Amino acid sequence: MPLAPAITDLEQLKDRPVLAALLAWDQNAVQEARFDRNELTVYVARESIRPACTQLKSQGLTDFLSDVTCADYYPRDPRFEIAYHLLSMKRKERVRLKVRLDGNDPVIESITALWPSANFFEREIFDLFGIRFLGHPYLRRLVMPEDWEGHPLRKDYPVEGYR
Amino acid sequence: MAHMNPAPVLDAAKDKTMVLNMGPQHPSTHGVLRLLLEIDGETIVRMVPDIGFLHTGIEKTCEAKFYQQIVPLTDRIDYLCPMVNNLCYVLSVEKLLGLEIPPRAQWMRVLLAELQRISSHLVWLGTHAMDIGAMSVFLYCFREREDLLRIYEMVSGQRMMTSYFRIGGLALDPPLGFFEKVKKFLDGFSEKIDEYENLLTGNRIFIDRLKDVARVSAEDALAIGLTGPALRASGVDWDLRRDMPYCGYENFKFKVPTSKDGDVWARYVCRVEELRQSREIAKQALEGMPSGPIKADAPKVVLPDREKMKTQMEALIYHFKIVTEGFTVPAGEVYQAIESPRGEMGYYIVSDGTAKPMRVHMRSPSYANLQALPAMCEGRLIADVVAAIGSIDIVLGEIDR
Repeated sequence: MPLAPAITDLEQLKDRPVLAALLAWDQNAVQEARFDRNELTVYVARESIRPACTQLKSQGLTDFLSDVTCADYYPRDPRFEIAYHLLSMKRKERVRLKVRLDGNDPVIESITALWPSANFFEREIFDLFGIRFLGHPYLRRLVMPEDWEGHPLRKDYPVEGYR
Repeated sequence: MAHMNPAPVLDAAKDKTMVLNMGPQHPSTHGVLRLLLEIDGETIVRMVPDIGFLHTGIEKTCEAKFYQQIVPLTDRIDYLCPMVNNLCYVLSVEKLLGLEIPPRAQWMRVLLAELQRISSHLVWLGTHAMDIGAMSVFLYCFREREDLLRIYEMVSGQRMMTSYFRIGGLALDPPLGFFEKVKKFLDGFSEKIDEYENLLTGNRIFIDRLKDVARVSAEDALAIGLTGPALRASGVDWDLRRDMPYCGYENFKFKVPTSKDGDVWARYVCRVEELRQSREIAKQALEGMPSGPIKADAPKVVLPDREKMKTQMEALIYHFKIVTEGFTVPAGEVYQAIESPRGEMGYYIVSDGTAKPMRVHMRSPSYANLQALPAMCEGRLIADVVAAIGSIDIVLGEIDR
């Protein structure tokens, strides 16, 4: 079964409820959308991630935050992409919101006020990628020791660690 | 829900409270979990979990390995149900590749995933009861778990770190006598569950320790990211096997046990009922087991049979290529979630088109479920902490990764 090509045209995708809601709310917030391998990805502007999540939650389009994680696309710039995996239990559908962040001083707003479950996920991203979350109640290292130097999951951090 | 965002510094300056350090080496934290408890007498004022003692950087290690080399790493994440981890990983890579899996391999996967759920729940039941003080249940549970470990050993050669599921199918066809052995186990298992229930369900002491302890409402459970039996015990009817089926689960009939109470007792009842339902699913998988190949027809991804390698030049070339260079995966990203015994386990994999993944992230259920612990325990007695930890069934290996 060969893979169907990804759909990246906003026009074709705008009847998807989540994307439609985001476009109706603020056209400038949506940078890009992609439907690939049965999964919808929406790129959201950095400033609008928290209001976008608030919108989706208040309209009842998503009711559960599955996961927050990050990937480092070094040496490309902007190098970080944060992925929020949201789930709607009513519609039985997932959507992935993504935010691009550049490498020097990566900062983004925390969504812990909306979903307390983001607490550990954001702390882990802070710990392993060095991305700061504004408004996080307790942004400290989680899995690495407190006095660790560097952020291990960055691509410019060697697999064996610094020797 | 201020309690869900714990303040870090435990303020014991007031004379009334003191700080107690529970763990990391404590028999009822089920691994190396450290809990900082601020207590007022026997009552917990605040709790801060501290994790990371088992952190081995599996996610980073994955980035340096070929796709097929990651399967054994996934065993070590949640060591109580390695095949469920294997399943989640291979499903996500297969989704990236767009690979179709033959029915026999799918049904074998379902059968083994359900047996793993049973053995994982048996460990939970045994240790949970032992934490509460019922020592003998542990021995009963491990008796059946031993049978299951023998079954895994039969099929994969390993009791615990099985690595039996491979990208594109299974490692080997199950050996002769395998299905008979599974059937024998499943036939006798129903009585065994009755036996555990005889020991616990009517037990006055056990009920008193569990009922009305560590309550979580449905809204709180959703907000804090609880999944699996713990979420269903709070009254949210959500099971990925039924609601977003994967790996052919849509072909199986089973009930999803739920409860409205949201306390430790409700979680106990739901999990015990899940034991029975898993047995049902495994029985259906066994009875309807299709025949046919156990590997997808994808020579560039799946290792060829030993027999073909010795007779066909191409098979030998593909074998050499896959082992030395791996196989490339088309660029893209997927998030595949499955219902592990503990809740939603998800793999997020980003491929950049090479033979090694650019990013592998595991969304482990225990990791999110652990965040509910302070909310469950604050305002309650220290003795209830032990019951609450047992009831969310955490595995520290998958929390720290």
